[in-house]
Amino acid sequence: MLLKLTSLVPLYPLIGCIINGFFGLRIGKNAVGLIAAGSVGLSFLTTLIIFIGLVMTPAEERVFEQVLFTWMAVGDFTAEFGFQVDPLSMTMMLFVTGVGFLIHVYSIGYMHEEYSFYRFFAYMNLFMFSMLLLIMGNNFLIMFIGWEGVGCCSYFLIGYYFEKKSACDAGTKAFVMNRVGDFAFLLAVMYIFNIFGSIDFTTVFHAAPEKLIYDSETVTIITMLLFVGACGKSAQIPLYTWLPDAMEGPTPVSALIHAATMVTAGVYMVVRCNALFALAPITMWTVAFIGGATAIFAATIGMTQFDIKRVLAYSTVSQIGYMFMAVGVGAYTAAIFHMVTHAFFKACLFLGSGSVIHGLHGEQDMRKMGALKSHMPITFVTFFVSTLAIAGIFPLSGFFSKDEILYHALMDGNFILWGMGITGALLTAFYMFRLVFMTFFGKSNVDPQVHPHESPKIMTMPLVILAGLAFFGGALGIPLFHGWHILHNWLEPVFYFDMPSALEHSAHLLHEQGKHAPSWSHLLQPEGDHNVWVEIALMLLSLSIAVAGIFGAYICYIKKPHLPDLLTEGQWGYDLVKNKYEVDEIYDETIVKPTLEGSKLLWKECDAKGIDGAVNGTAQILGWLSNQARNFQSGFVRNYALFMVVGFIGLLIVTL
Amino acid sequence: MELLIFYPLAGICIVLALGVVINNSPVNSAMSLIGMMLGLAGIFILQQAHFIAILQIIIYAGAIMVLFMFVIMLLNLKGKGEDDSWISRDKDLLLTVLSSLLAVGVLYKIIIIINAGDFNSPALPPDSFGTVREVGTILFTKFILPFEMASILLLVAMIGAVVLAKSKVD
Amino acid sequence: MEMVPLTHYLFLSATLFVIGVVGVLVRRNAIVVFMSIEIMLNAVNISLIAFDRYLNLHDGQIFSFMVMCVAAAEVSVGLAIIISLFRNKPTINLDEFNIMKS
Repeated sequence: MLLKLTSLVPLYPLIGCIINGFFGLRIGKNAVGLIAAGSVGLSFLTTLIIFIGLVMTPAEERVFEQVLFTWMAVGDFTAEFGFQVDPLSMTMMLFVTGVGFLIHVYSIGYMHEEYSFYRFFAYMNLFMFSMLLLIMGNNFLIMFIGWEGVGCCSYFLIGYYFEKKSACDAGTKAFVMNRVGDFAFLLAVMYIFNIFGSIDFTTVFHAAPEKLIYDSETVTIITMLLFVGACGKSAQIPLYTWLPDAMEGPTPVSALIHAATMVTAGVYMVVRCNALFALAPITMWTVAFIGGATAIFAATIGMTQFDIKRVLAYSTVSQIGYMFMAVGVGAYTAAIFHMVTHAFFKACLFLGSGSVIHGLHGEQDMRKMGALKSHMPITFVTFFVSTLAIAGIFPLSGFFSKDEILYHALMDGNFILWGMGITGALLTAFYMFRLVFMTFFGKSNVDPQVHPHESPKIMTMPLVILAGLAFFGGALGIPLFHGWHILHNWLEPVFYFDMPSALEHSAHLLHEQGKHAPSWSHLLQPEGDHNVWVEIALMLLSLSIAVAGIFGAYICYIKKPHLPDLLTEGQWGYDLVKNKYEVDEIYDETIVKPTLEGSKLLWKECDAKGIDGAVNGTAQILGWLSNQARNFQSGFVRNYALFMVVGFIGLLIVTL
Repeated sequence: MELLIFYPLAGICIVLALGVVINNSPVNSAMSLIGMMLGLAGIFILQQAHFIAILQIIIYAGAIMVLFMFVIMLLNLKGKGEDDSWISRDKDLLLTVLSSLLAVGVLYKIIIIINAGDFNSPALPPDSFGTVREVGTILFTKFILPFEMASILLLVAMIGAVVLAKSKVD
Repeated sequence: MEMVPLTHYLFLSATLFVIGVVGVLVRRNAIVVFMSIEIMLNAVNISLIAFDRYLNLHDGQIFSFMVMCVAAAEVSVGLAIIISLFRNKPTINLDEFNIMKS
């Protein structure tokens, strides 16, 4: 059976990591690059083989579990070290290993000047291993290990240039903010174990409709905690500020970890737990609105930034907001679809920006770029294609995936959400073309001493492939025609949720508790027909919105380059947005500083005086007592004999 | 008849034991101790423990006491032991009280035990009881292992004594 | 022939034992302390042999034999210790030795 190869997929990067980590300095840069990229490439090939195996099995049986060993068994609690392959994790595995492989190849060129080349690739391989654990784990604990592992590797790689203080700070910030989310995730896992007595995905999700009451507090708390965890990892409001700072790491890291794979782990986790989220309408609503708000919020900041990578980072935050919006309205397929296409075009954009930075010898400020399209044609073309894709221009991949999200938001009957999405689309088109125009068009503002040049082939080849994927990726989910949506058909078994029977169970459970079940009949109304005309109208609308955004950028940055300065001159609103809404400052004032002050207080007062005092005091009292007791030990033999006799007399008195 | 022998012997033993403790000079103490050992040997004979009585004379009065005398002579303790008589020390009042308490307590305990049990009708031992033949037979059959252990103990003590007393110069 | 009652032996044994204890406690001369210990060991031997005869057994005699062995060993080692102590410090007054408390 082809599926038996499953456990090999994460094994290759782990081996690569071990070889590179321990012997990397000795075997030379070429070998390190070959091993690192080769191990991920092998993973990708293995994943393809497994994919073929999975396609060949009938659609209903497409869940394959492989348990390697029982990791721990304590009382009722058993945790297995096992993998699960189903269409959802298969999709993730394919694009994670595929995009990961391309980025590894690109990194060989990009990082070639670095001394600690091997360290970079050891971390990258470790990241791939952790990410695959996260995706493939068959229970919450394995997922959590991967979850922590990717956070850890993210920390390592953000702080890769550890001699730079800003890089270290950014790493710490990312780690601490992730920790908030991770803690919530861990709490959720504990709660789930408390209720289900198991942390196995299959067991939990099968038992969920029977044990949890629809819209009850329990399920709301669990899903809310899970969502907070997802927020931390996927950089959503209010835990998003680490992601822009994470751009301190090398550009391939930003492409792999902070755009394509790790930051989408939160979305994956929520989608994976769809059986729980389906029972918690309040959480779903929260997820959708947090997603929508993040989409607009990050997009506005993205419009004002000048660092090329920061713009892309805010764009990432915004796009993940779209994914959460899709999850929140129950359009899981749309979320995964957007995740896949986003991985393609955002990885391409990041790698393209890396190519630009590489060509300009480390310049990241867009005000010092311009007119680069003739200097680096391949980078320009691929970058432009990806920008069109993210802006949502027909027929590129971003158009289909974003449009599907907007359609589902509207069909959900939520006009505010839809309005948020459409606004976000406008802003996305604007800031992305602002980026393109400032970088590749206009007149050159490049430092005269720097001679821009095209990057080597090893870097442009992945760009071309990713741009091609960004162009054609939309073919995975062609709307309008029934049965053409490949991804939808592929993922459908995973998202099947029997709502009527779940509601029946809930009513039964409520009845047992002596409560009256509210009327849920409105939830059971059959879904409206797929309205083709509405969809076409929406497509045209979003296309025109995207074009409007592009046109706006064209006016502002090509036609009348002084217009933005005139418009923003002295506007307090602009300054506010440019300073990222002062969110970092607010966090500093409200959370970081009180925490620091509180910690200092605890350290100086509570720890140094209270705890240390108690400990030292105990020791001192004991020392004093011992000193007293020492006096008994006079060292004179006859004294000891005396004590013996006293004891003897005591014994006699007792027996008498 | 036995009682007539017992009382004088016991009296001599107690007096000589006191002499050991009270005498200021170690040589005098040692002489008293030898006397006490001999008296005890007599009491052992009275108890039909002939073998032990012989051993008492050979080991204690012969070997151990010679050792004591030898060490006393070797160290030449004139004026290096206790300076004054032990009785005149005030500090020992407490000790005296304690030890007399102990003595009274032990004796009282013995009286209680004797009153509780009937100790006055002993089984009459045969004439061969306690002879060298009898004790030797038991020693080399039933108690052969403790006997061997005792020999090892003596060997160890001998080596230990040699090591300890050896001059550190060489 | 009238036998000496067991109690007499026990009283003798107890008296000698107490004299030995007092000797250990009150004397400062290490050699005399040793002698007192010998007195105590002998006092125990009296009891052992007395019970032995009373019960018509030989085990007590064997035991007192062992006691003698131990006493011999103890005296030889103890006197060796006294000699080496005397080498360090020309006295055998026990109150002069408190190096156990350092």
